[in-house]
Amino acid sequence: MKKMFNKYNLCWILSMIGSYVLLSVLMSAGIIDSVYQTVVTTIIINIILATSLNLIIGITGQFSLGHAGFMCIGAYSAGVMVKQMPSMTGFMLGILIGVIISAIVAMIVAIPTLRLKGDYLAIATLGFGEIIRIVVLNMKITNGAAGLVLPKMLNFPFMYGVLMLCLIVIINFVRSAPGRACISVREDEIASEAMGINTTKYKVYAFIIGAVIASIAGAMYAGNFYVIKPEMFTFNKSIDILVMVVFGGMGSMTGSVIAAIVIGLLNSFLQNFSSVRMIVYGIALVCIMIFRPSGLLGTKEFTFSGIGNFIKKRKEVKK
Amino acid sequence: MNVLKVSGLTKNFGGLCAVSNVNMELNERELIGLIGPNGAGKTTLFNLLTGVYEPSSGKIELNVDGKMKSIGGLKPYVVTAMGLARTFQNIRLFKSQSVLDNVKIAMHKNIKYGTAAAILRLPKFYAEEERVQHEAEELLKVVHLYDKKDELAKNLPYGEQRRLEIARALATSPKILFLDEPAAGMNPQETAELTELIHKIKEDFNLTVILIEHDMSLVMTICERIYVLDYGKLIAHGNPEEIKNNPRVIEAYLGEEI
Repeated sequence: MKKMFNKYNLCWILSMIGSYVLLSVLMSAGIIDSVYQTVVTTIIINIILATSLNLIIGITGQFSLGHAGFMCIGAYSAGVMVKQMPSMTGFMLGILIGVIISAIVAMIVAIPTLRLKGDYLAIATLGFGEIIRIVVLNMKITNGAAGLVLPKMLNFPFMYGVLMLCLIVIINFVRSAPGRACISVREDEIASEAMGINTTKYKVYAFIIGAVIASIAGAMYAGNFYVIKPEMFTFNKSIDILVMVVFGGMGSMTGSVIAAIVIGLLNSFLQNFSSVRMIVYGIALVCIMIFRPSGLLGTKEFTFSGIGNFIKKRKEVKK
Repeated sequence: MNVLKVSGLTKNFGGLCAVSNVNMELNERELIGLIGPNGAGKTTLFNLLTGVYEPSSGKIELNVDGKMKSIGGLKPYVVTAMGLARTFQNIRLFKSQSVLDNVKIAMHKNIKYGTAAAILRLPKFYAEEERVQHEAEELLKVVHLYDKKDELAKNLPYGEQRRLEIARALATSPKILFLDEPAAGMNPQETAELTELIHKIKEDFNLTVILIEHDMSLVMTICERIYVLDYGKLIAHGNPEEIKNNPRVIEAYLGEEI
């Protein structure tokens, strides 16, 4: 118990609670109005998506372009369940069903495709993502291309709670023996296997955890934005998520969080200049890639222990 | 007692016979050398024994708790779990990880908590992590890298990277250690230190060591027995004195006398 509440973990807990209090005070004071609340919600969903994709691409080194497919599964499971049972219980059941379906689909996708490497894997997962979308497009229960119209199910505290839960699951996984095994697969698969690590198993693990969390993000999307359509979950959506991961730095979870926030704010700021929006967005991305080719944080993490060490060193230098 | 027994081992790559009909026996706590000219099939033989390649024919048997078990064709991670560890000819460290993490990763199979315990941060997780941290630090002390435990592996000088590879192999708690050209690229002083280190870990960890090496000063000083491979075939086998004077070995290395 003592170790769980060391000073660095306490710093994290405090900053979690702090940002929650700050956001909800700003909301109730009306400084974050309903327009900006949508921005906040989008950012929360994007953080979940980016960190879960980072687990697959940045940590385990498996280049997946099918993330929107898993988001689609989550969104539609929640959506269909809410249609049958328009209550919070229905929504929660929907999340659960989405999690189960996406875990099974991820396993089916992972076992044959994770033998592939690099661009081959990217193409294979891209194909699977599109298959999921086409299946949804042609099913009766999902109402085809017209999509589903849903009531708004979620409020800010619930969303924030889910975000924190997802982040804790991902970060605890990365900072443990299974997480180290995933990193070793990224670093050198041959050496990793020679050190007694079942590389296939950990690739599949990471892929499933990433997919399940993406489906939760999809459900959050369905519970917030009233309408879901298959066209929202195309290949473009996967690329959007990938951009956030690369922007923040592959392998850096805090990088993904920061990238999702920055890109979310940039997007909403540029909404006012809609004619030049995509141009400025594109230039911003190109600049990042020129000046920080490995993303905002590279593979480093923002940590309180890092800051602590930095301050200690500064003090020693002064002495 | 044999710890590893190889009989009639053959590996063909298409029409090329890289290893042909090799018979070897490794006894407990022996230090064996495997030498031969470039392209003789030494690394291929290592790859066969550690499960990277599947043998075309022949048998590899490993002593697991007193019973001989066939390991030919098993996956490398299974073979490693049975007590067979290796280093690589071209260093294959986890480059962007710290020295300590490199060793911790290799301790994977001995860590007794699962993914669920890790995510929920159960007390078991903390207890095991503490043990792993301690054991990894002890191993780094053995190879004199404890001071550099927080440095990234890629920033270490070449000789230290080689030593880290050995520490990482030891972290899998092996019974047999395969070293693929451990002294490649080292200067004479570094080679002498390495010779001492290999001898020390063999004694301290009760290991059987088999090493591929071109540096004859190292091979002749520490190896108890030597196998010589040429064009995929074993051409000689014996103690260092016998090998030095074996006409077939001299021929393989220096060419035929005219």
